[in-house]
Amino acid sequence: MGSLRQSQTVAVLVLVAVLLVVWYIAAIFLNAPVILDRLSRDGVTPSVPELVLQTWSYTRPVLPAPHQILIDLSNTTLTLAPTSKRSLLYHAWITLSATLLGFVMGTILGVLLAVFIVHNHAANRSLMPWIIASQTVPILAVAPVIVVLCYNLLTGQNAIAQVLHLKADAAQLFSKAVISTYLSFFPVVVGMVKGLRSPELIQTDLMRTYSATTWQMLKLLRWPTAVPFLFASMKVAVAASLVGAIVAELPTGAQAGLGAKLLIGSYNGQMVQLWSALVLAAILAGALVALVGLAERITVSRMGVRPA
Amino acid sequence: MTSVVSAQSLGLTFPTADGDVVALSDVTLDVEKGEFVSFIGPSGCGKTTFLRTIADLEQPTHGSITVNAMTPRAAREARAYGYVFQAPALFPWRTIENNVALPLEVMGYAAHERHERIKRSLDLVNLTGFEKKYPWQLSGGMQQRASIARALAFDADLLLMDEPFGALDEIVRDHLNSELLKLWAATQKTICFVTHSIPEAVYLSTKIVVMSPRPGRVTDVITSTLPAERPLEIRETPEFLAIAHRVREGLRAGHSYEE
Repeated sequence: MGSLRQSQTVAVLVLVAVLLVVWYIAAIFLNAPVILDRLSRDGVTPSVPELVLQTWSYTRPVLPAPHQILIDLSNTTLTLAPTSKRSLLYHAWITLSATLLGFVMGTILGVLLAVFIVHNHAANRSLMPWIIASQTVPILAVAPVIVVLCYNLLTGQNAIAQVLHLKADAAQLFSKAVISTYLSFFPVVVGMVKGLRSPELIQTDLMRTYSATTWQMLKLLRWPTAVPFLFASMKVAVAASLVGAIVAELPTGAQAGLGAKLLIGSYNGQMVQLWSALVLAAILAGALVALVGLAERITVSRMGVRPA
Repeated sequence: MTSVVSAQSLGLTFPTADGDVVALSDVTLDVEKGEFVSFIGPSGCGKTTFLRTIADLEQPTHGSITVNAMTPRAAREARAYGYVFQAPALFPWRTIENNVALPLEVMGYAAHERHERIKRSLDLVNLTGFEKKYPWQLSGGMQQRASIARALAFDADLLLMDEPFGALDEIVRDHLNSELLKLWAATQKTICFVTHSIPEAVYLSTKIVVMSPRPGRVTDVITSTLPAERPLEIRETPEFLAIAHRVREGLRAGHSYEE
């Protein structure tokens, strides 16, 4: 076991090293033309080592080198107060809050739909095609429509807005979370329909001999059986939620959030900024999936399942 | 004596893609209160189907059947029977005591009474001390004993057992057979027991129902002449062997060799 883990770590490190080498080489070839062009206008011909070093430190590169991204990342996270609007952590939190809200709503919606589908023949046949169709719609196209619609519904001159009385911030958060919900409910529905149907025949027969009600069957048998399916779905759903929140920030003129940072970076050709937002989003996704995995391990061990 | 189970020309036909399959045909049978009745026959003879019909897990297509003078459905809803399946079917996320508590929870027993009944049921199957274990921590025989405790927990007078020891090795099976007889004597329950083992059927039963396949029907009903007190050694007595012989003859007669 120990040596296996060891070798896995080594394998991962080797892969990272290979990627870094490829990245640095790619940076040379992608950035060199821009630098040569600028230097030739000044009438300077650099030596090869000079050129290579410049491709790795140029301020407006086509492809920034990894260390440039790391420096920018640490400058925008570690050295700034997290409440500052220039801090990347501030933007990450904006995105994360929409992600978490959307994930919770998506999971609840997914579970409710799955319960409904499993218990209702008509729902089983009619709902599933619509649920699948919902995911074939390009989210990038629908996201602005939904976000704008949602935001206006919550803040505009209408009955719902008057009742809820939401602040603009909260309305914006909720509008983005809706996109996260839209993406994250799907894996939960699919996983939970399968999970709620996974009790063995002998177990459902047993409950039948007790004349258990549908509710007791769900609570005592179907739900506990579906728990592993729920966690597998939630891992996919939480990553999808993050994508949803970022996509919701992209085209709607959002002022803050990782999506807004990505868009601004891309408009201004600030590739370093764009990449550090990307890297932070990836770290966030990894952390979220790991958190769900941790929750799974705790729950499963509490349920007394045989340790593997 | 009163009939606990009474079947009149009972028939059950399953429709399948290849045409109808007759699982039970013209079964007329009475199980009296306090009897231990074994159903024996080759696979496909409908013995499990008959047990499932008593339990309202299958619906008969011909004839009639009553359980405690009610329809099987009414009897099921009145919690008239406990059912032990071929596999223990314990819920892996519940401890042994919580598995035994499952029917009590479904049936809405109060917490203190649940506790009492769990203790008594586990005591009956000699599993005291294993309350907090999970099913995977127990051997196959112990798991099946836990599933019997679960069927005993709510004190139904009728126990339906579908090859409960079929998956266990012979030594464990012998042990559980003698334990089952003690349990039957202690609880005075009516037991319907499905098996494909001749010694098991003869050793346990007061009445042996021999069945044959295609279509599933009763070919012989043997009333045991063995005494109520049955040590394991009784299986070597001439009386025991004579009954076993008659069961074997019944099985052979019902079996068609033309196919």
